[in-house]
Amino acid sequence: MSDLPHLTIVTFLPLLGAVLFILPLRGAPEKVARNARWAALWISLLTFVWSLILWFGFSRKEAGFQFEEKIQWMSQFHVFYHMGVDGISMMFVLLSTLLTPLCILASWEAIQVRVKEYMIAFLVLETLMIGTFCALDFVAFYMFFEGVLIPMFLIIGVWGGPRRIYSAFKFFLYTFLGSVLMLVAVLAIYFNAGTTDIPAITQYLAQHPLPAGTQSWLWLAFLASFAVKVPMWPVHTWLPDAHVEAPTAGSVILAGVLLKIGGYGFLRFSLPMLPIASVQFTPLIFTLSIVAVIYTSLVALAQQDMKKLIAYSSVAHMGFVTAGIFAPNLQGIEGAIFQMLSHGIVSAALFLIVGVVYDRMHSRDIATYGGLVHRMPFYAGVFMVFMLASVGLPGTSGFPGEFLVMTGLFQINTWVAAFICTGIILGAAYMLWLYRRVIFGELTKDSLKNILDLNRREVAVFAPLVATVLWMGIYPSSFFAVMEPSVAQLIKQYEGVRAAAIQNGTLSADGPFALLSWNAE
Amino acid sequence: MNYMLALPEIFLAVAGLALLMLGVFLRGNSTERIAWLAVLALIVTGVLLLWAPPAGTRMAFQGLYVVDQFARFLKFLVLVGSALTIIMSIDYIARENMRRFEFPILLLFATLGMMMMLSANDLIALYVGLELQSLALYVVAAFQRDSERSTEAGLKYFVLGALSSGMLLYGASMVYGFAGTTSFAGLATAFAGTPGPIAVGLIVGLVFVIAGLAFKVSAVPFHMWTPDVYEGAPTPVTAFFAAAPKLAAIGLFMRVMVGPFRELHGEWLQIIWFIAVASMILGAVAAVAQTNIKRLMAYSSIGNMGYALVGLAPGTLEGIRGVLVYVAIYLFMTLGTFGCILLMRQKGKLVEGIYDLAGLSRTNPPMAAALAIFMFSLAGVPPLAGFFGKFYVFYAAVQVNLIWLAVIGFVTSVVSAFYYLRIVKVMYFDEPVGSFDRSPGWSMNAIIAGSGLLVLLFLVFAGPVLDAAQAAAASLFPS
Repeated sequence: MSDLPHLTIVTFLPLLGAVLFILPLRGAPEKVARNARWAALWISLLTFVWSLILWFGFSRKEAGFQFEEKIQWMSQFHVFYHMGVDGISMMFVLLSTLLTPLCILASWEAIQVRVKEYMIAFLVLETLMIGTFCALDFVAFYMFFEGVLIPMFLIIGVWGGPRRIYSAFKFFLYTFLGSVLMLVAVLAIYFNAGTTDIPAITQYLAQHPLPAGTQSWLWLAFLASFAVKVPMWPVHTWLPDAHVEAPTAGSVILAGVLLKIGGYGFLRFSLPMLPIASVQFTPLIFTLSIVAVIYTSLVALAQQDMKKLIAYSSVAHMGFVTAGIFAPNLQGIEGAIFQMLSHGIVSAALFLIVGVVYDRMHSRDIATYGGLVHRMPFYAGVFMVFMLASVGLPGTSGFPGEFLVMTGLFQINTWVAAFICTGIILGAAYMLWLYRRVIFGELTKDSLKNILDLNRREVAVFAPLVATVLWMGIYPSSFFAVMEPSVAQLIKQYEGVRAAAIQNGTLSADGPFALLSWNAE
Repeated sequence: MNYMLALPEIFLAVAGLALLMLGVFLRGNSTERIAWLAVLALIVTGVLLLWAPPAGTRMAFQGLYVVDQFARFLKFLVLVGSALTIIMSIDYIARENMRRFEFPILLLFATLGMMMMLSANDLIALYVGLELQSLALYVVAAFQRDSERSTEAGLKYFVLGALSSGMLLYGASMVYGFAGTTSFAGLATAFAGTPGPIAVGLIVGLVFVIAGLAFKVSAVPFHMWTPDVYEGAPTPVTAFFAAAPKLAAIGLFMRVMVGPFRELHGEWLQIIWFIAVASMILGAVAAVAQTNIKRLMAYSSIGNMGYALVGLAPGTLEGIRGVLVYVAIYLFMTLGTFGCILLMRQKGKLVEGIYDLAGLSRTNPPMAAALAIFMFSLAGVPPLAGFFGKFYVFYAAVQVNLIWLAVIGFVTSVVSAFYYLRIVKVMYFDEPVGSFDRSPGWSMNAIIAGSGLLVLLFLVFAGPVLDAAQAAAASLFPS
């Protein structure tokens, strides 16, 4: 059991299932649709169960990669098919495998046309997402990372809303442009380190750091790619469009997993491989994060469309993440990872929440609703859990992440922490206001008089998410225990390079950080 | 003297002449039989090519003709490309009133010319091969002689092609004047030994030679003929133009640049840099406004040749290897795409508008999936084959610090992604307007499906392909 290639199985199980069981379906459209739904559900559930092996088999004491697999792929380039997970990436794999079956359940009735193709696209997407987090070779990573665009482009474009074509193109071209610049940087790093193996490059670059000038260029190329994915202000504009037009499940995957690839990229590439540039550009990241948090929160306040509001709140929450990553101390980075996981669950759930009423009323306008608590008490309760988690109420998953990011930032620079902190207040404002307008008040609109509460399928979708949100809020240690060794090692390495750079004069101890006081000690 | 080295070419020439006789003497309509026999001849040539590989690089005909791994690699691809286009054209020539048995035979002679180009080891041999190929192509471009557009395409191609041949000859004569020899090996030694600055006349000769070759690969600024000829020529001929001759021309380009002119790398790098960048930009930008899919593929091929030239620019083994893999992938993407274009037939009439593809994913899901794979691959989205092609050539460019060339290339690939995606959009996002006729037969379906699978699964066998390309590229660099 233990010597099976678990990561390969988890990664390719959805693809294999889609090719073997869903692609050959033939016959009457209704029958095909029904069989495709059930097959996709079972395949994705099996994948989730298999991925639990990672959670239980993962050693909480090791900092390095586990479940490693390595096979020769293109010997001329020293490119390997190398898979593995560490404390940073393992939980993202679980996030992907958890959200996919829920997405399939959520699309059960919402998607009525071309169901077979839809399910295939989702399972292919799952394979690519998991692969992105497991790949430990640049070429394989890039394959998965970019491959995600193809199914997502089709999901938005085929099953999306009225402006779906514009949004699909915008999504694709924005991300594609960012990624190709990263590819040039990857090639440049390859010629320095002589390998595309990610752990080997990290090792090599820690011992032989690149010159500061080179690092800056490469770092900016990585930024081009990851900033679009996260997304950071000002390259976030594709996100509201894509979210609004994508079908519910598409938004869920987009917010739940795809945005996290950007943050993951910063942690896996920018920080450990280009530490000097990371130090130099920290003020830039902080500035962009602060703008993202405050500006997009204000924009969210003004939205009339529920999905758009949540999309802008995603940008604001990801602002916390980028600021926390570049703190970069134990609290900041762990907080950022936790915030990513929490946001993955919470924003996904909020999009599903919007999806529930959208399926009934076919409107996302806040003004369409009001007083839903009278007809939909369960819905109101579930909505409240996720709304409060998004606000960051203690006891929900939103709190530990935000709190730790603030703690981490406070040690670096009080002002940054203070500005970022306003995001929490603004977040409470727009979320509570949204909740009040949709749920409370008198039920006056005739169209809402017959609206029905959650059905059993919807309860099945939300139950695991509510449980996870509470678990993460009440006992976050079970998650911190997983990431702790890997994060500690990352910081140790980073601090080592930074100290050496200050010693040999590459970085002045006070250079761009004249204003910032490094760790209190 | 070892004539046996040229056995594949000799066989192909004899087979072509024999088929010509056979075509004349066969009663009734013999086009289809001749076409299949031509495919058979190409297959036999391929077997002869692969059979008993000669050790290392060998010469024949007093050094005019060379056989090495490089030539064999590209010749094999050229044969595959020619054979597949002949198969794809069989149904077309029957329907479109082009039933003349000379058609497949002309393609055979063009293929023979390409094989001679790839084995040329002398400026004279180069010219002879190039002209044999070009003359055959001028005729097939105008083959649909009742169609004005086809005639126009043929004439345009002939006039401009003749001009470029003239330039090439003029350049060759100047190079000969300065170096005193036309043999590639002789030229290489002559340039290697020259101390001091290079004569201006020699540079002019080099520029003319490059201009002639750039015309054949349709690189900017010698691309003007491409869109018109692609649009006007009968579709199977366009497929042929886009595939095999491009491979032969880029192969010749590589051999000339890193062979005789290796020592002048500093001079030609600037020229190649410019035409590569200009081709990539034009290929990306000009195609955005096209609505005719054949015209769009013309601009696409201009852009693709720009990417291939990026791999030539460094003049290194890695670069040549990258170009070889690139053109191999390009061949299958192009053939597959043109296979789909040949299936675009509504009520017996061929259509060429992009919007005729609307809703194809509902009316013909397999064809839509295949064409989408080719489009994503041409756009360079991993994990499809097109990405690897770009990756290898840009790898070579970054290796020798041609960073800007790589950056421009990647950015233009994003721009070109727009129009490739537009085809996917039309097929998948738009409502169907009408459906295409049934596919004419299994052979076309097999070609499209086969190319689609190769493009989709390239990542699995990237290693062996790269090994072959590595060996081929190494033979251009005598150690």
